[in-house]
Amino acid sequence: MIPAFKFQVSDFAVRVSEFRFPMPEFASGYKHPAVYTPAPSSLMAGWDIVALIAALTLAAIFVLKRRKRREIFLLTLFSLIYFGFWRNGCICAVGSVQNVAAGFFNPAFGVPLTVLIFFAAPLIFALLFGRVFCAAVCPLGAIQEAVAIKPVKVPPAVEKVLSIAPVIYLGLAMLSVAAGAGFLICRYDPFVGFFRMGASFSLLIFGGLMLVLGIFVARPYCRFLCPYGVLLNWASKLSRRHATITPAECIRCGLCADSCPYNAISEPSPEAAPETRGRGARRLGLLILLLPVLVALGAGTGSLLREPLSRMHPTVRLAERIAGEELGRYTGNTIESAAFRASDTPNEKLYAEAVALKERFGRGGKWFGAFIGLVIGCKLIGVSIRRKRTDYEPDRGTCYSCGRCFKYCPVKASCREKPAGSTPDTAEFRQY
Amino acid sequence: MKTTKRRDFIKNLARGAVLAGIAGVCGMLGLRKNKYQCSGRCGTCKPANGGVCPLDSAAGSGFVWQLDPEKCTQCGRCATHCVLAPSAVKCFHSYSICGYCDLCGGYLRPDAKERNTGAENQLCPTAAIRRKFIEDPYYQYTIDEELCIGCGKCVRGCSTFGNGSLYLQVKHNLCVNCNECAIARACPSDAFRRVPASEPYLLKSNQEKRIS
Repeated sequence: MIPAFKFQVSDFAVRVSEFRFPMPEFASGYKHPAVYTPAPSSLMAGWDIVALIAALTLAAIFVLKRRKRREIFLLTLFSLIYFGFWRNGCICAVGSVQNVAAGFFNPAFGVPLTVLIFFAAPLIFALLFGRVFCAAVCPLGAIQEAVAIKPVKVPPAVEKVLSIAPVIYLGLAMLSVAAGAGFLICRYDPFVGFFRMGASFSLLIFGGLMLVLGIFVARPYCRFLCPYGVLLNWASKLSRRHATITPAECIRCGLCADSCPYNAISEPSPEAAPETRGRGARRLGLLILLLPVLVALGAGTGSLLREPLSRMHPTVRLAERIAGEELGRYTGNTIESAAFRASDTPNEKLYAEAVALKERFGRGGKWFGAFIGLVIGCKLIGVSIRRKRTDYEPDRGTCYSCGRCFKYCPVKASCREKPAGSTPDTAEFRQY
Repeated sequence: MKTTKRRDFIKNLARGAVLAGIAGVCGMLGLRKNKYQCSGRCGTCKPANGGVCPLDSAAGSGFVWQLDPEKCTQCGRCATHCVLAPSAVKCFHSYSICGYCDLCGGYLRPDAKERNTGAENQLCPTAAIRRKFIEDPYYQYTIDEELCIGCGKCVRGCSTFGNGSLYLQVKHNLCVNCNECAIARACPSDAFRRVPASEPYLLKSNQEKRIS
């Protein structure tokens, strides 16, 4: 008897705590309205995929076949309006890296098909045709391309050194995703605030500064921050076809190199070899030996950075705050600590979670550091190898296929059909 | 001539490997069955609904952000941290669990002089709650979602003094479904999570059905 009675009381208690005031019996026959629950708008997702593939295909045609800067730029403007202002800069391929990484590290994380396509399609196009995605499809690239009015040259050495920054950013973003600290790339996207017409004050200032800088240093985000650009750079190095500066034969006038604001055109190697083969080989050997040292050094530094890196995670910050409050280091509560105290979670559980997270960041930091070390080592090797080059060629990794050099090249496609007379090729002149 | 051919061959091999890698990763993630953590609250897996959890379908079905009203502490950040202005989080009202009180903790300020629609008596900063007389002594409260900013003041009032029939939800015709929800990141009580797009709301009226 007693247990049954007890059960009833507790059941009653639940009901009472859920509903202090039961719904009245209406004498007037009142019927309550239903809750309005509009469905998510998924209609656009299909169109996004269509627009992405179409824009990529058009970009590849404009860059490789039609070779018109104006057409590429018009497509860029379309992408800025559609993917940027119309779709509010979301979904974007740059951020999709994080979803894919999250799906990789966390088996419970579902990655929608649209996101997978946004991740894969630009990379596949880069493998086939070069970075046509950067040229005319990416809305972040498009907004910078639109403001690049007076681009100046960045010294190539500075450019090379700064090009390590995107790799570090990519590593940090992957670490953040792996440890469950959120999507850094989306959080610090400088231009999405303009697309949505609203963002936090500091982000708008950051984006505004980027755009002002972008007037003189073309595409500052793409070159010195974009983490997806790192992957596109690697893919484009292997590209099957790539934009060529000249439609026919290069006359080595160097006009294209002046026109390129991205330092993405490699000059022909000088006639005389700058050093003997033996010296080059010895240096290459040394650098290859240096590679594991750099990786180990990076891994060590990464695991030393455990504490500051782990503060990326809100749980670690909360645990430190709570511990500080317990020790009387702070006065008052933050919203987070107040919410934590309102829940019944014991402090020890939070501390244990934070310790586990710190360990996770220690392990992740090691990988992160090793990755940075490996990339720096490979970059050093890349700088030290001198390929023999007879013409001005686009650097397949860093070239955005923007098409500026097409216009500046004095050699026109029709020259090939016409006989020598109009061709300023010295070799052919000599024949006459 | 020979060296360039060798280089091309290696490049082709590398390109093929990278393509296979991308295809592999995408295939693995796209075809993977989701083992999502069951909250046990949505109720779609009950035999009456076909017994199938929408989360067990392939990942391609998509997820959206939603906030769990059980966890929400009404801190007010939903109103300030959404990338949209005004926020995509709105107050929802489950009429089926409302007490239709005359003295409504969600509608009237605690120090209200009278129980009427006078602006000085209303708790809502944007007057987004409409009060309609039904029969003595019952009133119906309706949220004007055009005016609601998702601050949660009424939610706190209703859950403190009433049944808790007012609560915050992400309204999905407004939500742009960011990769990482800006409110989720700022939420102090960890109330935001991804839910399947086929079941995008965590309604309290579902819970009521479960209890009775």
